Amino acid sequence: MPEVLTAPLTVEFPFTRSLGPVQSAFLTGLRERVVLGVRTGDGRVLVPPVEYDPVTADEIRDLVEVAPTGTVTTWAWNHEPRRGQPLDTPFAWVLVRLDGADTALLHALDAPGPDAVHTGMRVRVRWAAEREGAITDIACFESYDGEQEQPTGHSGEFADAITKIVTPARLDYRYSPGRAQTAYLRALADRRTVGERCPSCHKVYVPPRGACPTCGVATTEQVEVGPAGTVTTFCIVNIKAKNLDIEVPYVYAHIALDGAGLALHGRIGGIPYDQVRMGLRVEPVWTEGARHPDHYRPTGEPDAEYDTYKELL
Amino acid sequence: MTRDIALVAFAQTDHRRTSDELSEVEMLMPVLHDVLGQTGLKTADIGFTCSGSSDYLAGRAFSFTLALDGVGAWPPISESHVEMDGAWALYEAWTKLLTGDADTALVYSYGKSSPGSVRDVLTRQLDPYYVAPLWPDSVALAALQAQSLIDAGETDEPALAAVAARSRTDAAANSRAQLRGSVPHGDYLVRPLRTGDCSPIGDGAAAVVLAAGERARELCERPAWIRGIDHRIEAHSLGVRDLTDSPSARLAAEKAGVFERPVDTAELHAPFTSQEIVLRKALRLGEDVRVNPSGGALAANPLMAAGLIRLGEAAAAIHRGESDRALGHATSGPCLQQNLVAVLEGDPR
Ligand SMILES: [Zn+2]
Repeated sequence: MPEVLTAPLTVEFPFTRSLGPVQSAFLTGLRERVVLGVRTGDGRVLVPPVEYDPVTADEIRDLVEVAPTGTVTTWAWNHEPRRGQPLDTPFAWVLVRLDGADTALLHALDAPGPDAVHTGMRVRVRWAAEREGAITDIACFESYDGEQEQPTGHSGEFADAITKIVTPARLDYRYSPGRAQTAYLRALADRRTVGERCPSCHKVYVPPRGACPTCGVATTEQVEVGPAGTVTTFCIVNIKAKNLDIEVPYVYAHIALDGAGLALHGRIGGIPYDQVRMGLRVEPVWTEGARHPDHYRPTGEPDAEYDTYKELL
Repeated sequence: MTRDIALVAFAQTDHRRTSDELSEVEMLMPVLHDVLGQTGLKTADIGFTCSGSSDYLAGRAFSFTLALDGVGAWPPISESHVEMDGAWALYEAWTKLLTGDADTALVYSYGKSSPGSVRDVLTRQLDPYYVAPLWPDSVALAALQAQSLIDAGETDEPALAAVAARSRTDAAANSRAQLRGSVPHGDYLVRPLRTGDCSPIGDGAAAVVLAAGERARELCERPAWIRGIDHRIEAHSLGVRDLTDSPSARLAAEKAGVFERPVDTAELHAPFTSQEIVLRKALRLGEDVRVNPSGGALAANPLMAAGLIRLGEAAAAIHRGESDRALGHATSGPCLQQNLVAVLEGDPR
């Protein structure tokens, strides 16, 4: 079997999230160098604060300022920082219970090495130079041997509180389409369309995905189909798509290639859009360097009889 | 309504670091054929099908719909999917069988982690406001938990290394496992966890068949009856939890009836050595209980399938007559956030 195809695949998205009143106060507070917690019904102070009590699920709104100093409750030394993490030099992940809080906040601790870190050590927030209302407004924590810093008694109300955050995310993959689709793509590179036949129901799948969804068995026998085919149904596209250099209106059609057990889709060209019809016989038009047909054009043959493609609609 | 429901068949792939030559359905299909073949059932005979997987692992949108091609879902079948480990798909199938709507169920799950960077992918399941923007990877969070255990005197690094060594030694008898026999304990990945403390990253799939009542006895010589099954979850904020304990696992075990009488075997889904320490305590497993004779997740941890595999391995031990009462456990989320526990029993011999 020839080597499988692989290609880089990046999935990247910015999530825009609206904030509840407690989250809004906490993140706005970080922008203003104020750390806020929230008091639960039984009097505990949660930092970072949440909208609902994690034990009783009661709505909680009683904001309490805590100190920017605190104690490490556990740690882990990260000698190889990864993309997106708070520091790009080796650091300790820490859970820190800030003075005045009953729960711990996850963040990074800047330290020269693991020997300089221990559970119980005293630390202080190092603020980011530029702050926008995000957990990253805390650049990291740093070792601190001074007095416990006192909260300023902030009410938790801000004139211009943020109400949403945008969190970008990016994941990188190396995509491999597997055996069946690799074979399909390799054949396309030679301008051939090769499907696979189900050994049980004998249907020919184009493009093949490796399994017959009706029978649940592997499709293995390769079958070359086309190159010509029949338009089984179509639509007229009147809206110009962004970044697509095709004049509207144009026709997008389902095309059953000769020998295929189901239709694939493609654009129809070389004929006025209002003359395209079901049963029209078409063939692929390739452009230099492309991995797929650019479009399909009429072959000039008589139209196919309805009965020959009615099962492929 | 009560109804006796059993795991009657279990199958899994070989678990490997990569499977580039196979699409997800190509990886899954042989397992489906295997598990159906063990029972003689065909897709059309199955009353309900439920699967577990996550598109984030391989970065393929709607991959679970493509995986259905391997089932043979035409004419349309009664089917469901959870974006969770297959153990939770099994739970859904169990409830479906309890209602009496179906007598048999096919449960499968698969995970193809090799195309991506799974440590980073898993950060996307975390609190998106306060945690995910820091990109704390799965090993880092487990390391925080491990340090908590060491600070509390519950374990130390040599004890963790012993868990790793025992798991991979036991896995030598499991031809499906990815890490078998003598495996170096390695350097720190995120201190205090070394590479040997972490489950391998790999691709794999698993499937089980459930059946109710007499149907189970027809399909399997010694069905693994589900005497109880329950799942519980803890707060999502790590700093709110006591990381040295697992109250959710304990509660699930209590609801599943684990503590009513001792189990002889336990298949624990502990992707890190330190998490086995937590689970042994929470589930009150004594020294006389065989823990992870398969090698557990430290020998093979195909995400989304590894929990179902624990239940499958526990059932298979009963099928083979090696266990009479076994515990199967699955976990999800950071630091054992969510836990499912099942008690399986064979008929008296
Ligand atoms: Zn077929």
